[in-house]
Amino acid sequence: MKALVLHLGLLAVLLALHFVLPAYHHGNLARIMVLASFAMGYNILFGYTGLLSLGHALFFAAGMYGMGLSVQHLGLSAGPALLLGVLSGAVVSGALALLALRTSGVAFMIVTLMFAQAGYLTILHFSEWTRGDEGFVLALAGRMAWGVDLSDPNARYIAALMLFGICLMLSLWLVRAPFGRVLVAIRENEERVRMLGYDTFAHKLAALTISGTMAAAAGAAYGILFGYVGASFAAVQYSILPLLYVLLGGAGTVLGPFIGTLFMFYLIDLSSGITTAYMLIAGIALVLLTLFAPQGIMGELRRRLWKGLP
Amino acid sequence: MLLSVKGLSKRFDGLHAVKSVDLDLPEGEIRALIGPNGAGKTTLVGMISGRITASAGSVIFDGEDITRLPAHRRIARGMAYTFQITSVFARLSVAENVGLAARRHLHGAKARKAVAEALDRVGLGARAEQEAGDLAYGHQRLLELAMGIVQHPRLLILDEPTQGLSEGEIEAFQSLIRNLAQETTILLIEHNMRVVMALADRITVLDAGRVLAEGTPEEIHANAAVQAAYLGGGDAQTG
Amino acid sequence: MDLGPYLVLATLEGAVTAAVLALTAVGLSLVFGVMRVVNIAHGEFFMLGAVLAWWIATSVGGHPAFGFGAALIMAPLIVGALAMAADMTILKRLDYDPERTIVATIGLLYIIQQLTLMGYGPEARPVEAPFNTRLAIPWFEHGLEGWQMIWPWGLGTTSYKLAVIGAAVVILCGVWAVMARTRLGLVMRATQADREMALAFGIPVERVYAITFGLGAGLAALAAVLIVPIQQAHYLMGADPLLLSFIVVIIGGLGSLPGTVLAAVLIGLSDGIISVFFSPTLAKIIATLLVALVLVFRPQGLFGKRAA
Repeated sequence: MKALVLHLGLLAVLLALHFVLPAYHHGNLARIMVLASFAMGYNILFGYTGLLSLGHALFFAAGMYGMGLSVQHLGLSAGPALLLGVLSGAVVSGALALLALRTSGVAFMIVTLMFAQAGYLTILHFSEWTRGDEGFVLALAGRMAWGVDLSDPNARYIAALMLFGICLMLSLWLVRAPFGRVLVAIRENEERVRMLGYDTFAHKLAALTISGTMAAAAGAAYGILFGYVGASFAAVQYSILPLLYVLLGGAGTVLGPFIGTLFMFYLIDLSSGITTAYMLIAGIALVLLTLFAPQGIMGELRRRLWKGLP
Repeated sequence: MLLSVKGLSKRFDGLHAVKSVDLDLPEGEIRALIGPNGAGKTTLVGMISGRITASAGSVIFDGEDITRLPAHRRIARGMAYTFQITSVFARLSVAENVGLAARRHLHGAKARKAVAEALDRVGLGARAEQEAGDLAYGHQRLLELAMGIVQHPRLLILDEPTQGLSEGEIEAFQSLIRNLAQETTILLIEHNMRVVMALADRITVLDAGRVLAEGTPEEIHANAAVQAAYLGGGDAQTG
Repeated sequence: MDLGPYLVLATLEGAVTAAVLALTAVGLSLVFGVMRVVNIAHGEFFMLGAVLAWWIATSVGGHPAFGFGAALIMAPLIVGALAMAADMTILKRLDYDPERTIVATIGLLYIIQQLTLMGYGPEARPVEAPFNTRLAIPWFEHGLEGWQMIWPWGLGTTSYKLAVIGAAVVILCGVWAVMARTRLGLVMRATQADREMALAFGIPVERVYAITFGLGAGLAALAAVLIVPIQQAHYLMGADPLLLSFIVVIIGGLGSLPGTVLAAVLIGLSDGIISVFFSPTLAKIIATLLVALVLVFRPQGLFGKRAA
């Protein structure tokens, strides 16, 4: 109950901010909410199931290109295109899961990294369709959903908030449902879960597919809301970013991905005023977090203050 | 027969750990599996529960051949397995540990009730909200047992459940098992011969991967071969 | 040019790639084998070697051979020392936990890469080769007057490229000698076989780890110094060697040095030849998919034996 109030409260605050934030931060927050949805998808696999993927850019890009290509070449509008993006994310993550889940630990990390790299290169290779490295600006038709122009900052913010709200409540529900608690148990001790009679492979398959689909939804929404589809979103950096967000905010906490994205976004935003080498901040943060705060912000909070924090 | 094992064998690269073991376990029995270290006991129950794939032979459970089923499907058919090396979920609460075991077949309020009952039965009712990793070793063993009980298994496999328990805890454990035996069949790997003699209806002795002898506790006690191979060893007296 | 001479050329270029790749991958394989950790920053140590080589070579005046010679000695030592420092300050504190080490070395990757961008800039800069004589290669063709020797235009290599291949062979033999014949190698192999046992026998495992990590990074830097007269130094040049080393180490069997060298030769040569027929992107797609599938279906590598 307390947890439900907390998470709904965050959504209410974000809605209130819509009316008061200055334009610059208003735009930033919309972007942060979409990226946080990506991170929440990542968190289901990494934080709750204990599987460290280095290939989530593949799912983000599957959503983005599933959406973008259907706008560009099939002339769909934003609604159906978004659905196609989500669907392609589900297919790609399900297929990858069937292969990658035959491995575990370090091999799983490398396999996901390699498949994502192959996906990135594939986008570059079919450049007559994808426009390769350069990418393409989304046609305005693809940014219209049921008569609403999603390129308008206000509509964009509300759309981002809706996506974020759905992902947040879905995560909250999932991790407290019996299914999510089996995932946590798999993270803690997979062999024991298997010997309690659970099909751990099926659970991990479902977790990876849900995780990838959520990442794809974020990718598709990112393309629609900010109007650009490009191969850089499929590059390895976009696999590292959600990991960074989740580590910073607290793996295995529902709010962690949002907190981590918020902090990291502004950290990079502030430092990019000083230097072009802003990924330096990301690197330093990764090292410091693994060394000194592997629990992240919300993880520390849970340890010190609120044991039942989901 | 609830469980029937025929010609079960396991070879690890070059090592023949279990050699063509036959074993029949009728419903309602407490069967003890004893033998010196390295006799293949854990490997044998591993093959029965599906943790380890058999090199040859078959496992019949409740009239059906389950040799090719993966572990989780066997468990779902009514086996429960408690680990020799305690492997509770250390960072989850005691109740959640048992809850995970219960929720495979029960849901909602029914699951919560079953968890509370199982915890009361092993005497951990007051510690339900504690983190499992904070429990004393003996209590962790009891938690393992509660995780087995709550599944209401038809066959409960216990791998050295009294290892590391104090005298008093062993007493309590024995009465708990006697009590459980009224509702389930128990396959017990045990080193402590006093526990074995007190609990088992029948005993199977394993030595170097083979069945050396099988019989009632009295018969086993009188068996010269067992005396020589096993009961004569220091292991049995101290165990 | 006909296909025949073209293939000879591709093989020669491939042999240079293979030579450099073998050195880089052996470094990665050594770290994985002995320490059981995956170093994602390995490509950045390679890049650092190239950038340092440029810096040293331009600082030292006189004949290009002086600058290059200085770089060949100093760059690997500096990179090795940096890697040892990173091992002792970061990896040791993580207790070499495999997953956390990967995350930390990803962080290290960005730190090294971005600091290089800040200090060295985004330009690509060349280092002059110490010697660079063009060598033409003859070809035999059946013409009107029977077999005759011709000199196809464009079929040739340089003395420097041949020297790179030779140097790589010598260095690899050196690595083998260290591993097989010296006390350090013995201690490293003992640590690889059983860390706990090594500790029990009083082997200073932590120091062995630091030296191994430094040696691995130093080999990558050495490979980069060798290649930098052919390829320019650039702050993003670490990505390809990292990817290729991964491919080599995985296909060769994780932690196996002979497998790694064999795979490097195979990949290096085929990279040259495949790119004759396919676009480089398609070749890379095939290679990455191959690695992923090898890990999924044959985790012991194509040449490795299944571990007991």
